[in-house]
Amino acid sequence: MSKPIPIPALRAGQFYESLETNEVRSHRDGTPLALVSQVNAGLVRRDLRKQERSPDPFADLSVVEMIDVCRRAGELFMQAELPLNDQGDRQGPEQYVETLSATSGLPHVLCRRNMDKIHSVFAEMPRILKGLTRGLDLSVLEAGIGEQDGVPVSYVPQTNSLGIVLPSNSPGVNSLWIPALALKIPVVLKPGREEPWTPLRIMQAFIEAGAPREAFSYYPTDHEGAASILEQCGRGLIFGDAKTTAQYAQNPGIEIHGPGWSKVLVGSDEIERWRDHLDVLADSVAANGGRSCVNASAIIVPAHGDEIAEALAERLARIEARPAADPEAQLSAFANPKVAEWIDSTIDAGLAQGGAEDLTARFRTGPRRVEVEGSTYLLPTVVRCQRFDHPLANTEFLFPYVSVVELPEDEWIETLGPSLVVSAITKNTVLQSRLLRSPEIHRLNLGPVPTGHVEWDQPHEGNLFEFLYARRAIQRAAQW
Amino acid sequence: MSTRPQDPEQARAQLDAHIREIVPWHFSPETGSPFWLEWAQKAGWDPAHEVQGFDDLVRFGHFDGEHLRVEQPERFAPKAYAGKPFTIFETGGTTGMPKQRIGWEDYKIDYSEFSETLDDDAFPRNHYWLMMGPTGPRRLRLSIEHLANVRGCSCYFIDLDPRWVKRLIREGHGDQAKAYMVHVVDQAVTILKHRKVSALFTTPKLLEALSERVSIPEAGIQGVFCGGTEMSPQILRFLVEEVLEDEVKLVPTYGNTLMGLAHSKPTLREDGYSVTYHAPQPRAVLRVVQPEATDELVDYDAWGRVELTTLTREFFMPRFLERDEAIRRRPYDEYPWDGVGEVRPFRANEEKIVEGVY
Repeated sequence: MSKPIPIPALRAGQFYESLETNEVRSHRDGTPLALVSQVNAGLVRRDLRKQERSPDPFADLSVVEMIDVCRRAGELFMQAELPLNDQGDRQGPEQYVETLSATSGLPHVLCRRNMDKIHSVFAEMPRILKGLTRGLDLSVLEAGIGEQDGVPVSYVPQTNSLGIVLPSNSPGVNSLWIPALALKIPVVLKPGREEPWTPLRIMQAFIEAGAPREAFSYYPTDHEGAASILEQCGRGLIFGDAKTTAQYAQNPGIEIHGPGWSKVLVGSDEIERWRDHLDVLADSVAANGGRSCVNASAIIVPAHGDEIAEALAERLARIEARPAADPEAQLSAFANPKVAEWIDSTIDAGLAQGGAEDLTARFRTGPRRVEVEGSTYLLPTVVRCQRFDHPLANTEFLFPYVSVVELPEDEWIETLGPSLVVSAITKNTVLQSRLLRSPEIHRLNLGPVPTGHVEWDQPHEGNLFEFLYARRAIQRAAQW
Repeated sequence: MSTRPQDPEQARAQLDAHIREIVPWHFSPETGSPFWLEWAQKAGWDPAHEVQGFDDLVRFGHFDGEHLRVEQPERFAPKAYAGKPFTIFETGGTTGMPKQRIGWEDYKIDYSEFSETLDDDAFPRNHYWLMMGPTGPRRLRLSIEHLANVRGCSCYFIDLDPRWVKRLIREGHGDQAKAYMVHVVDQAVTILKHRKVSALFTTPKLLEALSERVSIPEAGIQGVFCGGTEMSPQILRFLVEEVLEDEVKLVPTYGNTLMGLAHSKPTLREDGYSVTYHAPQPRAVLRVVQPEATDELVDYDAWGRVELTTLTREFFMPRFLERDEAIRRRPYDEYPWDGVGEVRPFRANEEKIVEGVY
């Protein structure tokens, strides 16, 4: 491998090479792959203040034109060699997959799957916007005023830009902010430390497809810089653990994407047919390497907990750690092996307390933490917990991990707690309606739908349109 | 003041000669301080006669900063100053009992000497300065006023109490710390709006915060003398190119109550904004030593811990290990002795173990 590639920041579309860089290395052999410019918080604040006074970069573009830009950007994202800096370094899709895999630990096959997911967002933009706006005539966003179902409507942008503090765990999360551009809101983004690639590739695809360059700011920065982005952009998204995000919990301008605590519930009407649903359970736990917040971390059943846990353990224990380029690979390596070590010991400590058993241990031939070709992996783990308040019962880790807990159906609603996704496998209409009324469930799948399944006309993790635009009362005098 | 040495050899000879003058001064019953005279008695050797140069200072070991907290200040007063009230200066932003250093004229000597290095275009004579930063019991407060005065200027002062800021942050009141910063900057904005000021002393953070409120060149500032916290190359570049809009002269400094101030090499931009400071030798000596073997210097261009020796008639402090680290830099024409580069808090760059879980 040649020299590490310099990755500058983008200041309203202009490359800026900082004197401070962060070396992003291959987690496998330590080869430096990128030198990512780190910008100081003061620079971010200064730029954002300037942005407040700058003209709207989307002034000459309609939403319809931006949808077309999205379609072209999606193609470019999948196929083109896109610039990484202003020194002539460009990255094609294969190189993108390889470097992303090397720095984030995702196997190639999952990198490609995430690429496909991102591409779908670009390509499905008309459906996504229709879902988010419930079919609003999008010219209302240009005119500021219009009609929906015969009712006058007016929408006002709530911000000049959307700030986004990204994680490193899965490139797929970038799909969340892409619609902001179609809605003509510039983005200000801090990439995850080990994942500078995906957000930059998306931005460059947008720019090459004809989006205004000024609408893209990319600031690899520290905690203070991240806080400045969230504080100064009128709207912000932050990804992180509960501790990182807690300080923003009371801020309505900041949407938190913390742990998902996603769950699958199998109702008593379906529980005797649990074997029919094993595929959905396994997919909910292990799809995308089990790294996403939409992966199920708990399965709640009224009966047969032991058998379900055992069958699922047997199924998931077949997943092996394989080298990154193996087309059969399903697990992601840990870019930082210390994180794997910490998770492994946390699970062991939970098991040592009693009341919980790692059933996958019966089917594994070795330990949970393994090394393959210099990379560290955690093998899928199914823990049968006797109680829902066990520390291992409702917890989420960065690999395919799930607890199986028996709980009487009438206790579910008050016990579930915040859940990004709940897949409820039940036809019991009373139970369904109780779930439908629960404010703690963000996305409810009714029936055997894996937790990671996405319908593009449904809002994902909050309605981005309603976050960025507010409906204002509008009244016009007759004949005016 | 002795003549400026021309090369490292002359600098070393000058330093050793200075040590042969200063050490006997502090260890002679006629002139020395109670603290050092008692120290020598207990140590069982006679520094007044046995120290012939810098290499002999190794026999003192590292000065323990706790003495400056525990001992009453008069214990450090050389007998030669008996009857002359001293000024008590305290170190920066710590809480609890601060370290104290006493002095009479040292700060004036240091800052008069420093004044000679300032460019009159950027820091005009016979005008006005503004200091926005830690005043209170710090040496800096009187030093900046003296610096302004020797240049024929007067100085406005706005205080920032770093001990209060640290306490607010430690107790989780980040919002109050921010409000306090705003309060400090508000006052500076008011002065700049109503008074003519051409030179500013402040800290990097406050300078940045001030520039978020006013354009510093448009406010009439021509030169900024800046110090107090770490300044990485990127921060310095940002301050020069953006905060000061490439129009105002920036003079970074490294200093503290125990040393005085080190002068920065003026070739900041040419050096890629990697700043190098040189101690006001022979009155103070900065060395970059190996953290695990502190009698040894690190190689040039390598990182190590900063060691300070202060050698004036008013204050003697051998080989104090600062809570800072720096790159050891080579001597150059203007300052033909070692410099310290890119000073930052000691072990600032050690990785946190579980970083980047998300």
